[in-house]
This record gives sequence, C-alpha cells and structure tokens, in this order.
Amino acid sequence: MAEASGFSRRKLISLVGAAAGSAAAYQVMTSLGFAEESPYRGPIRLDGDPKGASVLVLGAGLAGMTAALELHRAGYRVQILEYNTRAGGRNWSLRGGDTYTELGGATQRCDFDAGLYLNPGPWRIPYHHHGVLDYCRRLGVALEPFIQLNHNAFVHSTAGFGGTPQRIRTVKTDFDGATAELLAKATRKGALDAEVSKEDQEILIEALRSLGGLDKDLAYRAGPESSEFRGYAHDPGGGLSARPVDGEPMALHDILTSRLWRGLQNFLLYEFQTTMFQPVGGMGGIGEAFARALPPNTIRYGAKVTTIAQDGHGVTATYQDLANGGAVRQAQADWCVCALPLTVLSQIPTQVGPKMKAAIDAVPYASSVKIGLQFKRRFWEEDEHIFGGISYTDLPIRQISYPSTGYNAGGKGVLLGAYTWNGPNSYEFTALSPAERVRRAVAYGSQIHPQYRTEFETGIAVAWHRVPFTLGCAGDWTDAARAEHYDNLCAIDGRIMLAGEHASYIPAWQEGAILSALDTVTRLHKRVLAA
Amino acid sequence: MNVSSISRTLALLLATCGGAAAQEHALHAAVPSAGPAMSEGKTFTESGGAALTARVCAACHQAGGEGAVGAAAYPALRHNQKLASAGYPVTLMLYGLRGMPPLGRMMSDTQVADVVNYVRTHFDNPYGDAVAPGDVKAARP
Repeated sequence: MAEASGFSRRKLISLVGAAAGSAAAYQVMTSLGFAEESPYRGPIRLDGDPKGASVLVLGAGLAGMTAALELHRAGYRVQILEYNTRAGGRNWSLRGGDTYTELGGATQRCDFDAGLYLNPGPWRIPYHHHGVLDYCRRLGVALEPFIQLNHNAFVHSTAGFGGTPQRIRTVKTDFDGATAELLAKATRKGALDAEVSKEDQEILIEALRSLGGLDKDLAYRAGPESSEFRGYAHDPGGGLSARPVDGEPMALHDILTSRLWRGLQNFLLYEFQTTMFQPVGGMGGIGEAFARALPPNTIRYGAKVTTIAQDGHGVTATYQDLANGGAVRQAQADWCVCALPLTVLSQIPTQVGPKMKAAIDAVPYASSVKIGLQFKRRFWEEDEHIFGGISYTDLPIRQISYPSTGYNAGGKGVLLGAYTWNGPNSYEFTALSPAERVRRAVAYGSQIHPQYRTEFETGIAVAWHRVPFTLGCAGDWTDAARAEHYDNLCAIDGRIMLAGEHASYIPAWQEGAILSALDTVTRLHKRVLAA
Repeated sequence: MNVSSISRTLALLLATCGGAAAQEHALHAAVPSAGPAMSEGKTFTESGGAALTARVCAACHQAGGEGAVGAAAYPALRHNQKLASAGYPVTLMLYGLRGMPPLGRMMSDTQVADVVNYVRTHFDNPYGDAVAPGDVKAARP
C-alpha cells in the first residue's frame, strides 16, 4: 500500500512539506497514518561512551528497571536498591502459594489454584502504550487480549430496574437507539435548520437510522432493525423452533433515571478503547522479565533506603540491609536515578534543592483496593455467557472483572471482585481486615451474581494504602500542583533525578513509569557526555 | 482493663455497632450480609469521631492508632505531641501532608471537627480544647 498511482506516499509528503511547510506535511502524514500521537519512538539510543560512569538506581519497579536496563546497555555501571525481596514494584501478580503481609501486620496466603492469579496493581495495557508493548516484545513477555468491553456483562444500580443487573448490550443499544430517534425526528421537524444544511440533514438522518437501529419510520422499537443491535427475546435457531422473537427496548426514562448510562463511559474513553492487552499468566511477568534482562546481581533486595546525599562528585545512599538485621550500609555512584514512590521519598532525608523537595512533598497518593475471589466453577461463563469484560455497579465494590483467559474450558476461575479508586469506599475497605474485605466483596457481589453464595472458595484483598513498599497507589496530581511543581520534580538536581509514574502525564499507568525513565536517562546521558 | 483499652473497645463497639447502625442507608441496609453499611457517593456518611476514626483514619494509622512502618511510615496517632495544637490536625485533614490525601474534603465541617476532637482526646492524647465546625470552615481552602 506504499504506492498509489505510481507515486509513493513519502514522496507526496515531502512535496507537501516543500510547498506548504512542515505543519501541512504533518497533517498529511497524520491522515496517511505515518505520524503517531504517542511520544514513544522505539528503543532509545544512548550513543557515545559514558567512560565508566556509574549510576545508582533506587527502586526496582518498571521505572527503575527501565532506567537500569538502558543505562547498562549504554555502558554505565548500574546498581539497584530495592526494598522488596522481588522485582517489579507495583507490577505484581499474586498467585497460589504466595503470602503477602500488609502494613499493620495482617498476613494473607493466596490459596488460588495453579494458574489463577490476581494483579493487585496494573492489569491492562492500552494498544497506544507503545513503550510497555515494546518492552514486552523485546523481553519476550507474551500478551493476550484483555477484554474491557463485553456487551454481555452488566451495568448495575441498586436503585435502577429494581436492583436487577442489566446487560451492557441492551442499555447501550437502547440508549443509542432512543437518542438517535429523538435526534432524527427533531431534524425532520426542522429543529436543526439553523445549524445543519438541508443536504447534511438528509445524510444525518440516514446515519442515525443506520447506526441507531431505527426502522423506516425513524422509530426505535421492537422489530428486526433494533433486534440486530440489541439481540432477541428469543434468538434465531434451527428447525421448527427457529423463528426469532424481537425484544421490547427499555424506556428511555428508565435508562436515564437508573443512571446506568454512567457505566458506559468506561468503554468510550481513549485509555480503555480496544484493543487492550494483558501478559499471559499475570502482569507480574513484565517485572520478572525486566529483572532477568539485567546483569546478575544488579538488584540488591531487602534494602530500605534511609538517606540520599550528594556532593560535586557523586551520590551516596544509606540503607538498611533488612535480611541482615537492618545493618546499615551505603551505596555510591556518580549519579542517582531515584524511582521510589513519592510517599516513600518524601520521608527520606534527601539532599536536593528546595524546589525539588517541595515537588516531592506536593503529591498525595490515590487510594485503591483490589479483591480477587476464586470460585468453584466459572458460573459467569456457564450460566450467564459472560466471557471476559467488566460489570460496573454503584455498590462499594464498583466493578466485577471476569478473567480474560481460559474461556469455555470449565473448572475454577478468579474474578476481580472489587476495584475501588479513591472515594470513601476505598478508605473504608482499607480500614477493614483483609478477611472482612473479602467477606464484603462476596456479600455485595452476590447481589449481581447470586451464585457467589454457593460457589465462592477463597479470596485475597490488597488495599494500596497498606502496601508496605508504596503506602498508596499512585500519584494523585491536581492541575494546580502540576503547574507549580511538575517541572521541578522532573529536573535534574545536581546528580539526582527522579523517575516513575508520578513523573509523567500518564499517572498510575506503567507507560508513564517507562516514559519518565527513558526521558530522564536520555537527559542524564547528554549531561554525562557533555561533562 | 485500663482506661485506654476501655476507650479503644468502646470506640470499636461504636464503630461496628451503634455508629454504623445509625448510618445504615436504606439501600445497602437491605443487604444485611454486606453490612455494616459503607458510604454512598463522594463523601463519607459516617457520623461521630469514633466511627470516622475507625473507618477512615484507621486505613493508614491503624485501628489502635499505632501507625505502621514499611519502606516509609504512617505516624502513630497514639501519644502524639504534634496534636497538642488543634490547628495541626485540622490542616492535615483539609490539605493533606506529603503522600497523605486531604481527606477532610470528603467530610463536612462537623465530621472534620469530630475526627480532630476524637483523636486529640483518645489514643492517650489529653488535649481537651475542642475545635468547632466553624473553625474547620474557616480553615478550608
């Protein structure tokens, strides 16, 4: 497809560029599909000899390990200090046999069957997070589709439709159909004459009929047109029972007042659009792959950083060696890439200027809770024909996500039985014991899936404000705080620079962590070569 | 049983029985197995310092107010001399501090005052000069 009428697209672009300037060329590139909106431009190239310079990286999450991997490849001597006894940070999967102790001392053992897991942190990758996808490709992390939108999952409101869960398919189709009918009829009555030309009105009506499932009278009602979108009261079959029966659409009033339309936004937003991905076997596979790609012994585990000092020659981090009774040790290097969460870094005496310190102190961390529930059988598939996807509810659990793997094979399965993000319920769940969180997730979820009551086996709950290595979920920037502090947070202060999702405009996403690390090591490398 | 453990037990009882029962919302109350009720919407619905402290503050500072230590720490509310000045916890509630979110923005003036007054008179803290909702209102952004 590169050639059109013997005239290459590249040639066309260069002609447009010469004649009309680069802005016009960019526009043409965009419409021809060459230009990308993502800032990720493929593997970074750190050309030039760093002459044995060393870098101390703090934190073996995705940001820290991205920085370490690229600096190592460019010829730097790299060492990482990590608080946990594993790599990955918030990139993490809890699998059967794992134990997890939260702040406050409660220890949970994950009793999931083999192959089943919970991703307590990140769990899905948008197709436009090119950095994460590229590292997965380079590090050999196999991906599979993550189902964000499943038309057969539910939207649920305790108040709407008597508390009965409704299929996303019917709510979405009936909302679209009813609004298409209203707009088509308003257009036909001349209500849009001032805004839309007569010619465009005819096309608009045709589009609304086509996309909204309207019949020849521009009505959205029970009939073959609407059934092709919303499905049937009785599906078409074979033999004598084959004849389909059309279903009666919901009344627009009922959809509006139920507020079920609120849940539909989760399928429209850019960050949730198809295709999304997940690593086969758990998101934690990415962190594990990064750790394998680093030279042996790059990461020192069980290292709790207590101070970070710098002078004109280098950086010294003091840390407690947790595996050896907290023995105080030091690590030194020419430079430091600090990829610790700001919740942690803000409590560590750090020798940086007042602007960076103010920025480090300026970001509260979001609250989030995730609860994984194992059931004896995949009743959501067997009984309700829900294969992957997410049901949204106004109950405190907010979401139920069905596994995007292992479909239609019977056996056990793990649901994400709650996923809160900020708001009162997130703190209330966090304040409960892990067992009580799980108990409530089962109780609330049984309002949507009554099978919970008989099929539930075991669960595990992770409340991010009680996670010992982050004390919170992710940087929760306000626009005002960003305007005042963001650039100062990302600037190089002497020999110290930061990386992590908090140092990005994609907070709480792994892509933000990776892009911030690539940006910071690129600037570091320039400075090293210039020295 | 000493005074502090009695007050702790009392706080727990209030939080899990009386205080919560008073908060039961009609909708969630219809599901007794999930109870006690949790807040609906974007603000906390608990009332009273005991319930709010047990169901919000305890998320990080723990049920006994003892705080917690990991890669960094949640300071103890217990025996905390920084609470001597009432303005300090009021400010923390409304503006947060470092990683701590400004939770008072999801509470009414009365709720914030109740939390501050409760914490300053429990967990071995002897600070009896109460703040009023009006003080909280004046301190909001």
